[in-house]
Amino acid sequence: MALTLIDGNEAIAWGALAAGCRFFAGYPITPATTIYNAMLRLLPPSGGVCLQGEDEIASIGFCLGASMAGFKVMTATSGPGISLYSEQISFAIGSEIPIVIVDVQRLGPSTGSATKGADGDIQFLRWGNSGGLPVIVLAPVDARDCFELTMAAFNLAEAYRCPVFLASNKELSMTRETLDWAALVRPRVLDRRPPATTGPDRPYLPFEPEGDSLVPPFLPIGAGRPVRQTSSTHGADGFITTDPKRIAANQERLRRKLESAVAEFSYYSELPAVAADTLVISYGVSARAARAAVLQEQRAGRAVALLVLKTLWPVPEQLIRERARGCRRVLVVEMNLGQYVREIQRLLPDREITLIGRMDGELIRPAQIREGIAHD
Amino acid sequence: MTSLLNPNRPPAFCPGCAHERVVATLDRALTELGLTATEVVLVSDIGCSGLFDTFFQTHALHGLHGRALTYATGLKLARPELTVIVTMGDGGLGIGGAHVLSTCRRNIDLTLLVLNNFNYGMTGGQCSATTPREAQVESGFLNRLEAPLDICRVAAAAGAGFAARVSGYDPLLSERMQQAIRHDGFALVDIWGICPGRYGKRNPISPGSINAAMDRLPDLTDTLAANARDEYGRAYREEAAKLVAPAPPALIEARFPPPQGGRREILLLGSAGQRIITAGEILCLAAATAGLHATQKNDYPITVMRGHSVSEVVCSDRPIDYTGIERPNLVVALAQEGVARKAGIFRELGPDTVILKARDVSLPDTSGTILELDFKALGIRSQDRALAALGELADRRLVLTRDMLGAALQLRFSGRLLDAALKQLEAGGNSPAVVG
Ligand code: SF4
Repeated sequence: MALTLIDGNEAIAWGALAAGCRFFAGYPITPATTIYNAMLRLLPPSGGVCLQGEDEIASIGFCLGASMAGFKVMTATSGPGISLYSEQISFAIGSEIPIVIVDVQRLGPSTGSATKGADGDIQFLRWGNSGGLPVIVLAPVDARDCFELTMAAFNLAEAYRCPVFLASNKELSMTRETLDWAALVRPRVLDRRPPATTGPDRPYLPFEPEGDSLVPPFLPIGAGRPVRQTSSTHGADGFITTDPKRIAANQERLRRKLESAVAEFSYYSELPAVAADTLVISYGVSARAARAAVLQEQRAGRAVALLVLKTLWPVPEQLIRERARGCRRVLVVEMNLGQYVREIQRLLPDREITLIGRMDGELIRPAQIREGIAHD
Repeated sequence: MTSLLNPNRPPAFCPGCAHERVVATLDRALTELGLTATEVVLVSDIGCSGLFDTFFQTHALHGLHGRALTYATGLKLARPELTVIVTMGDGGLGIGGAHVLSTCRRNIDLTLLVLNNFNYGMTGGQCSATTPREAQVESGFLNRLEAPLDICRVAAAAGAGFAARVSGYDPLLSERMQQAIRHDGFALVDIWGICPGRYGKRNPISPGSINAAMDRLPDLTDTLAANARDEYGRAYREEAAKLVAPAPPALIEARFPPPQGGRREILLLGSAGQRIITAGEILCLAAATAGLHATQKNDYPITVMRGHSVSEVVCSDRPIDYTGIERPNLVVALAQEGVARKAGIFRELGPDTVILKARDVSLPDTSGTILELDFKALGIRSQDRALAALGELADRRLVLTRDMLGAALQLRFSGRLLDAALKQLEAGGNSPAVVG
């Protein structure tokens, strides 16, 4: 086994390159800046483009333009930048523009603490767009995930024509760790699908799915046929529509194309336990403390299981329900004052649900989780 | 010449709106340049001028208020062969001001047509960045308090090589547009027109008054000429072609037996400039040369030249879950700032924790086993303390060995830096720490 020493942000950059990313634009912000630094080293020499926008709104706007030209694109920021991205994120959702958005979370609210970690944006990523349509959010746990889930994020953005978030955290992105580079699992790289049924003489309908698919095929601006894109409420042809029926059908499709597919991309890891009475659910860097705590508890003979969610949105409901089956209580461990725990409460109203949270820039410690498990 | 207008969607502006003339003139300009529908992309902004893309059968991207230039920039860099035309009103101009300035500075080959009618038509006639102070608009007295913007002068100051004011009623409008499109770099055309739906109702404005107002503004020919320079995209590609793609992260083979098994937690406490973070990285690299897993988590203030510098390193023969330090096996205390930052942990340490401290650093009460190095007496500079401390640990086979450390230095440094580091280690090796 040969190891490399790498931090989460570098792993994200290499994962993006492996997934075929050809365009990156960002605005420097700790703790996301080193993704931009890495992309600036990686992309231009390989024929790609890396830009520094005049602000966050411009940076993601560059990416949306390049994505409409057919490039795989990524941007990276932290909570304050996600706030500024918001209107463009809504555009990418409603107008089905593939993009990977990395949020290296830092302690908020507002400017908060640039060099302290948090998972405080988890509901914000889901709901921080106008219209409230779903998004995909993946949450890495370590440097390996930073690489592999970034590749997955690109594939999902291509397959579903949508923004995909990678919810990192200062504690992953700026923490170096050894990584078995050769053991990284590299999925087959997917590309957005061009239309199958339109010939050169038939107009391309940019928002009309083909066959059973809920995802419209994609032609880039610059293709041999005119391509339209619009942020306005549109019909299949990309022109404004005011027809409530067509509007409703399109909104419903945008919702269903992700929510009905989440089983296809419900990434997770787990520590099962025979006849578990307690389930610990965690994600992100806190999942590492949760794993340490659950391993210790299991060694001590307690029937405690662990579920680490790496797909947070859409909520992998089936997976969570299955893993919670037979458990009397569920502990949710997250680096905030209680965000994802709301989803667990919604899904499992008949269980005893406890939050183990923390929001002071410090990691949740395994001992804190073990106390929670013991406090029954 | 085939018109690029969309035959199914004729312009739908208020009767007499200047925008309609501009749509027709733009079509003429594009066709006279011999451009076809798939060679052109119209990027439109918000408001009435945001409808422009729908009247053409070219590629089109209609985006958010004020952000048209951002999409256009990404598109043009991805597909330099496209002719990218951006339409924006005086509203988009104001809200997207930062993008206008930056696009001028960048000099990317886009053409921005500003449909300037001195008010927000679509939202009901409020004041914009170009509303004259004496105008009557829906913003009450507010426009009387603000100076209107001459966007061409701003563009020239921001580095644009082409910025032209032209009346929407000028017979030379098409020619001006063609010049702008042909210009090899960013070109802005400030097209003044009348919005009869909102602005024209309450303000005396005519093609004649537009000409008279324009004539009063300064000529910019010299400033614009002085701004001539390389087009951004081409310059970008030329610079990029000189770069070499970096090699993937170096692989570190396991070559040495580790001195200890299990999980080891090491806390490095110092101050800015002591290369604490580098020392932490070297520790991790050294661990990897013995096949160990390692994590490094750092803490330093955002002002990197001042204050504490703390590195938490964990090494283990098993994959590492928790990256924090619960109870360090080893504490290296090289400056008071770092010790102060982690003052709380010392009380909890037992004799099984080794604390390697600099003589001039004082510690809170602790039961840890203290070793002391007198860096000053040894002539070791502050910035070399961390590396000297690693040498001391290696000599004592605490967490790393001399072999591991030497290999880690080879991985981290090269050339003169490597020689200096190796030399310094040799020198330090002759003066072991004493029990404090
Ligand atoms: S409101 Fe003004 S700018 Fe808009 S279409 Fe009517 S006249 Fe033209």
